Amino acid sequence: MSSGSNGSLPRYILTRLLLVIPMMWVLLTMVFVLLRVAPGDPVTAAVGDKLSPEALEARRNALGLNRPLIVQYLEYLGDVARLDFGSTISDGRPVLDIIKNQGGATLTLTAGAFVIALLIGLPLGRIAGRRRDTVLDAGIRIFGVVTYAAPIFWVGIMFVLFVIKFFPGWPTFGIASAETEYYVQNRTGIILLDAMLANDSVSVVDILKHHVLPCFALGLLLSGVIIRLVRVNVIQTMKGDYVEAARARGIPEGQVIRKHAFRNALVPVITVIGLQFALILGGAILTEKTFNWPGLGNELVEYITARDYIAVQGLVTFFALAVVLVSVLVDVLNALIDPRVRY
Amino acid sequence: MSTAAQPHLPDSETVLGVRDLRVWYGTERGPVRAVDGVSFDLRKGEILGLVGESGCGKSTLGRGLLGLLPEGSARDGELLFRGLDMVQLKQREQYALRGASLGMIFQEPLTRLNPLMRVSEHFSETLKTHEKGITKAEIEHRSLEALRVMGIPPTRFRAYPHEFSGGMRQRLMIALTLVLRPAFVVADEPTTALDVLVEAQIVRILHDLRETYETSLLLITHNLGIIAEACDRVAVMYAGKIVEIGDAREVFTRPQHSYTRELLRSTISLSTTGLNFIAGAPPDLTDPPPGCHFHPRCPDAMAICATREPRLRTLPTGATAACWHAELAQGVTELDDAARAPLQKEEISVADEA
Amino acid sequence: MPTFVRTIWNTKGLARYIFVAGVALTLVFVAFAIFAPWIAPYEFAQNSVDGVRFPKSGPASSDHLLGTNDQFYDIFSRVVWGARTALEVVVMSVVLSAVIGVPLGLVSGFVGGWADRIMVFLMDALYSFPSLLLAIVFSFLLQDKIGGGIVAAALSLTAIYIPQYFRVVRNTTVSAREATYVEAARAIGAPPVTIMRKYLFGNVVQSVPVIGTLNAADALSTLAALGFLGLGIQPTEASEWGYDLSRALDDAQAGDFSPAFWPGLAIILLVTGLTLVGEGLNETLNPSLRRRRLQNVTLPPRETEAA
Repeated sequence: MSSGSNGSLPRYILTRLLLVIPMMWVLLTMVFVLLRVAPGDPVTAAVGDKLSPEALEARRNALGLNRPLIVQYLEYLGDVARLDFGSTISDGRPVLDIIKNQGGATLTLTAGAFVIALLIGLPLGRIAGRRRDTVLDAGIRIFGVVTYAAPIFWVGIMFVLFVIKFFPGWPTFGIASAETEYYVQNRTGIILLDAMLANDSVSVVDILKHHVLPCFALGLLLSGVIIRLVRVNVIQTMKGDYVEAARARGIPEGQVIRKHAFRNALVPVITVIGLQFALILGGAILTEKTFNWPGLGNELVEYITARDYIAVQGLVTFFALAVVLVSVLVDVLNALIDPRVRY
Repeated sequence: MSTAAQPHLPDSETVLGVRDLRVWYGTERGPVRAVDGVSFDLRKGEILGLVGESGCGKSTLGRGLLGLLPEGSARDGELLFRGLDMVQLKQREQYALRGASLGMIFQEPLTRLNPLMRVSEHFSETLKTHEKGITKAEIEHRSLEALRVMGIPPTRFRAYPHEFSGGMRQRLMIALTLVLRPAFVVADEPTTALDVLVEAQIVRILHDLRETYETSLLLITHNLGIIAEACDRVAVMYAGKIVEIGDAREVFTRPQHSYTRELLRSTISLSTTGLNFIAGAPPDLTDPPPGCHFHPRCPDAMAICATREPRLRTLPTGATAACWHAELAQGVTELDDAARAPLQKEEISVADEA
Repeated sequence: MPTFVRTIWNTKGLARYIFVAGVALTLVFVAFAIFAPWIAPYEFAQNSVDGVRFPKSGPASSDHLLGTNDQFYDIFSRVVWGARTALEVVVMSVVLSAVIGVPLGLVSGFVGGWADRIMVFLMDALYSFPSLLLAIVFSFLLQDKIGGGIVAAALSLTAIYIPQYFRVVRNTTVSAREATYVEAARAIGAPPVTIMRKYLFGNVVQSVPVIGTLNAADALSTLAALGFLGLGIQPTEASEWGYDLSRALDDAQAGDFSPAFWPGLAIILLVTGLTLVGEGLNETLNPSLRRRRLQNVTLPPRETEAA
């Protein structure tokens, strides 16, 4: 319940959502220009070598690619508004289906990675900020830099090698063993959830085991970013005036760090972490390829290799929308935490 | 000759005795002698004003009393409080004193409260730190009482800091500092960031503190008007040292030290017809001038002023100042002709004044 | 010493060492890049010598310091030549981004009004787009047009970093512009253009190198990622570490770590080096993070009072 704050939360959310529309429009236009206009003829690119010129022409007509660009553009916007992301050229499959089927895997991967990144990054960043310029700080910072510098696919490969040597039998690719995939019914599209809903503990354990390596690899990458962010913010807040005032009131140093410096340092961190969703997405694509993870990232790569422009367009559009939505969520979260943020 | 003395009134209890306090900062170029041997007493319920130009060390002195010093600084001397020398205390003991016995009111109220914490949370944190086992009801009772004294309605108790204006935030800070009833409070330029009307209110509040709380107050400011209005005694500080200290009215009407005199002359009031200023600029505290720090700018400087530093002495008139000229004028010290000769000073170029 | 060197040297704590370490690491790879023909025993796409094929996925030996990969290439040579590729692409793309972003920011900040607001909006949208995705899209496009070489890769990366330069320069220009109105009103004397130039130059010089090096680190990561996905530079055009890692996937599942380890290590070291340079610069030049090196204070003993 707000206590006399000078704006209201519902109004903030509404305003923020409205602001999303121009941003989405710009992104969608960008995607359209890059993936429809620039390449020229998607059909030829995708299946040019497999069909005769007449068949190609027929395909083009069927897909409506010979109409004026403006018309195609407007239709694209309209489709997206109805959550229709097109259908692949190669096999006519609706992209929305792909998203529904494979999206769950990407979701659990990114969520797990995010949790691990926070668990590693927040405490380490705080220690580094607090004990600035000590050996501990140096060590943590180097750790942060190196985890960010190490390509996720390299880290993944190293994990695989390590596990093969020391924990033979631990799963190193895919999201579930063939058995699990066979037994778990597809209800929500998220295999982990499905297994839990079916009370199938053996499958759940199996799926979680498969999650360990990829989530840890991706989480490690993210933690580097988080460490750096938290550290800088803790340093800045510790210089704050209210921190000195708290000390003047005799609040013990540990509590000053915890309640005043650290908590306040988290506020800008939350926003920036949310913005890292773009980073997470990129990382997820690479992780999925490394571990042969059946998610959207893997699909994207396959369709790119197949030069299926419409599929790529559909998937990239979806990703762009996801990024925008996450940024809205983050802003709302920020408003919930920081009472100064209101419209 | 009388010894360097502190004004003493035997029937008032001394809350704080400061002896030879030195606070030096470390910088890239060498130590800055921000506070260079300051001694005074603070009595119970007394309001002592500390006045001086920017950079004379008064803020440092205030912080030095509480031990709130930045990295690379060193503190030395004696701070006698309730029989203890605070300088010698261990960290934890110092922390325990801070807040409960020593309070501080800062200059810029806008940034001194944690924006993520409600006012009520600020109070409960402070009270719980120093009084273990205090109940929630007690916390609320005392906080609201402190707020009431400051004129803040209880309906604002659960509000956030950003919902208050600057003046109200300063009152919040004062309430927060005083809820623990500290024995003495340092107020570091509490009204500099506020507009004149609010300033008057705050000054009144500070002045009335001793009635409500019996708190001693060290009021640091560069505004002579506030001193005149609110303070019992005043200490004038220059270049890290106290040059004059005494009853406020006395010092203002019969200043003994040349600096005090010049300071008063440069104050602008309704009767000002011409602008006065003190030529030159405050000295570089990494390398202050020898002898009396003020001698390069002093219109009454004598040869001795550049070689020997005068000590704070109580003069026959009752004032206390550190000035050869004043001592000479009141027959306290005998100086030979060589020492008495007016000082040849270098022309202070315009550039130095900038 | 020039002022900024002195500023860096006078900073307390680790920042100096971070900076120096980063520079050292980077220079190692610059040396690799420049002197590749002399350091690497073989060409980057060489898979035989005198008609004798190299072994496939061979172990380390005197002929092949780090072994060979599954395309019969010598790993050590690929790593060394890879430095040249990496630096060429990264430098090209960062310079291009700056060359486009900085003037755009200047113009936009100067002109103001609707044009400026639209540009800011566009740049923000571009900035919020996942950078890898953007790179993928661009390289997807460019590969069809101009093949899979170094220039294509560099161009794919350019667009990602433009918004950062744009933003910094535009914001600085806008503040400088507003500051000059105030200055002019106070009639200080120097013409507004001079003030603006001084202010702009100072601020831009402070932030662009930091942004540039951090972008370079990111560009290298992205380049490797593209290579890993098969969208980067083709092995016959140049040696690229990310691509080599994609080939090493299968080797890894079989337990052979050499083809994956060395190119990956190279990426880590160079990206770390560049990042350290950027962070070191930031910590030493950025006034809000800087800490001066203070000399410790020792107080001389108290003088006893004279009678």
